[in-house]
Amino acid sequence: MACNGSGCQSNCYKDEEEAESGAYCAPSTELTKGGTTATDLLANKLCAKCKVKEAISGYGGIDDGRFCADCFRSNLFGKFRFAVSSTAMISPTDKVLVAFSGGPSSRVALQFVHEMQQRSQKNFDASRDRSLPVFGVGVVFIDESAVTPIPSPEMEKTVEDITLIVSSLAPPAKELHVVPLETIYSSDSGDGKDRLAKLVHSVNDPTGREDMVLYLRMLALQKVASEYGYSRLVLGSCISRIACHVISATVKGQGYSLPADIQYVDARWEIPVVLPLRDCLAQEINLLCRLDGLKTLELSEGPRAGINGLVSCFVALLQEENPSRECTIVRTAGKLIPFQFNRIPEISDDNVPLATRRRQKRYNLKSNESVSSELFCSLCNSPLDKSENVDLNNLDSFSAVCCSSCWFQILPKDPSSMERFYSDLPQSIVARGKQDRNGNLNILREQIKDCLLSDTEDET
Amino acid sequence: MQEVGTNPKRSSGRMCCICNQRRAALKRTKTLEQICKECFYDVFEEEIHQAIVSNQLFKPGQRIAICASGGKDSTVLAYVLSTLNKRYNYRLDLFLLSVDEGITGYRDDSLETVKRNEIQYGLPLKILSYKDLYGWTMDEIVKMIGLKNNCTFCGVFGRQALDRGAALLEVDKVVTGHNADDIAETVLLNILRGDIARLSRCTSITTGQFIALFSTIIGFCLLQTLDRLATYAYFKKLDYFSTECIYSPNAYRGFAREFIKDLERLRPRAILDIIKSGENFRISTTMKMPEQGTCERCGYISSQKWCKACVLLEGLNRGLPTLGIGRNRGSVNGRKNSEETKGGKSIESKGCGTLDF
Ligand SMILES: [Zn+2]
Ligand SMILES: [Zn+2]
Ligand SMILES: [Zn+2]
Ligand SMILES: [Zn+2]
Ligand SMILES: [Zn+2]
Repeated sequence: MACNGSGCQSNCYKDEEEAESGAYCAPSTELTKGGTTATDLLANKLCAKCKVKEAISGYGGIDDGRFCADCFRSNLFGKFRFAVSSTAMISPTDKVLVAFSGGPSSRVALQFVHEMQQRSQKNFDASRDRSLPVFGVGVVFIDESAVTPIPSPEMEKTVEDITLIVSSLAPPAKELHVVPLETIYSSDSGDGKDRLAKLVHSVNDPTGREDMVLYLRMLALQKVASEYGYSRLVLGSCISRIACHVISATVKGQGYSLPADIQYVDARWEIPVVLPLRDCLAQEINLLCRLDGLKTLELSEGPRAGINGLVSCFVALLQEENPSRECTIVRTAGKLIPFQFNRIPEISDDNVPLATRRRQKRYNLKSNESVSSELFCSLCNSPLDKSENVDLNNLDSFSAVCCSSCWFQILPKDPSSMERFYSDLPQSIVARGKQDRNGNLNILREQIKDCLLSDTEDET
Repeated sequence: MQEVGTNPKRSSGRMCCICNQRRAALKRTKTLEQICKECFYDVFEEEIHQAIVSNQLFKPGQRIAICASGGKDSTVLAYVLSTLNKRYNYRLDLFLLSVDEGITGYRDDSLETVKRNEIQYGLPLKILSYKDLYGWTMDEIVKMIGLKNNCTFCGVFGRQALDRGAALLEVDKVVTGHNADDIAETVLLNILRGDIARLSRCTSITTGQFIALFSTIIGFCLLQTLDRLATYAYFKKLDYFSTECIYSPNAYRGFAREFIKDLERLRPRAILDIIKSGENFRISTTMKMPEQGTCERCGYISSQKWCKACVLLEGLNRGLPTLGIGRNRGSVNGRKNSEETKGGKSIESKGCGTLDF
């Protein structure tokens, strides 16, 4: 499932062979600067697709050395396009918000969304009746300097660069939202930045702190998307990133909720989150940036802490040993049953072409292949398994409806710190928790109602 | 292990928090309670007993093989099980079962340990050699095929050795000393190699005839499981000998092991969390699982005409040792079931002498 891209039919399955033969060697050649000069390395090898131009190699990954630059580019875009079209991720009436960190993955996500928009603009201009609207695109950058030690000149430079990147994209113009993470606190209180810093620093476990920032970032993204009327939130998560998430979620005991996070679509949020680069490798994304001169930015955040850092080292090591390993990890996790919210709600809009709607019907998750979940962790919003020991009598309390991973690595242990933690939480988390819990109470009431009926039947 | 071993010195003078009579000898990693050796044995043995009772692992009169490798975990296993059998009168017919792959020098020391265990615990010992089971020792196989593909043989033959041995000796259950670390490692490896079928069952305490006894401690775990086993062996001065496969296992297996060690250092609970994840993975039931049949030659479970071991043996005996390995596989069975070939491959990629869950 992970490697639907046209280039992957055989290579992804090399994994099982490799163990026996030991013949599958990771390419260790370095890509020489400037990208295309790398063709010198394998002068005589022709592109497997067009069989005309020379293949480029040395960038790593499963398709290394198979394609020429042009075919590589169209292959990578093809993976993106498959993800978008098979799930009806983006339809003409949508307004799409791309989460842009400045890194290569989100840069490529932005580029591809942009190219797709350009194509539909072209179609729009060419069509006589102009019936199909062109989807809108916006870009958001979350400034996390309140919780990460990034010097403010660097942050200013970053924002400058990002503004330049977005404004230099060809029309249609894209609105850029640069938003501080503390936006998750209502603007009128004014102490958002302090409360955010207090909240994050009250988490003692380094891994927990990192994950907490991740959850808060999603809240901020959702808030921007919702406020400006976007209908999709695009993340640039690639295979390599997802493979790391599979392992770290496993290590954190989140095996139940894991499938929710790694699908093309995650509609448990108010604004559905989509991952169109789910089938692209980090190496491929990096190569595309170099080939096309896409400017990327790296913030000096330093190495990731704790479990997350350990996992990314581990996965990088595995990937180095076998260039299809990340692919295999994501493929394995892809066989876990996703949740009902891992799909775009079926489109009934007549503005959407029938073909799109048919395609969505065909590829979208069938409800019998997915799991429904009523209970979500108040903090990280992951679906909760029954084994999570949720205290159903105590659903009014925030911490009662938290997953065990949040309990362990984020929530303070003693009641007084818990109180402080709770008071520093942004209203949106508190409110979401309350809403969920009320929903749960209603569901429970429903269940109890059934029991009561059968009880009275017994009595009569 | 060293860490726990040094604890007694640091904590000398403190009293055991359970009996409050003897000096504390070690600290529970989670609760930081300090307990003495005797209480530690009691707690440990009681947990195992509870696991046996609550999971109804055995019935009186059953014939139980204790998988004895001479390693630390299996030594503890033999000791605890024979102790509990007497104490609680399980009325089990226990014996030690060892497999000798026939690798010069590799099993010599560990078999010596197992033989000492035989005397110490008064348990009969049965050694099954590859020569008995297959007609070939590993050394002979390596001489024939070179070192390149030896782990294919190790994995397939190793897995079947216990099954075939169990059938040969009319055993009801085979108990292994796999602990939480082993199971966590297996969960990770199954993810890394895409073995969804094994991923779905590798965390259960019983697989067919096999019982991974120490994996049950998880539910009751207070100290780190591995630490506890090491501690237990250390204080009891149990006779153990650590063995590692002398042929090189897969690189990623080594990485996974290192990773687990690093994880344990960073967050001891991660081992149990991995197992919890493994238990909570929801795998589609509609996914195609290989049909189960039996091997026409030896009667072992196989979805093909011949089981993997018989294909490999055929190759060895015909002087075509690569038969059944890699791309040549299927020259006996044909290529009709791709799921099986995938499942088969992951058996091959197991390291030597490692029991496959
Ligand atoms: Zn080409
Ligand atoms: Zn949570
Ligand atoms: Zn005591
Ligand atoms: Zn071997
Ligand atoms: Zn057979």
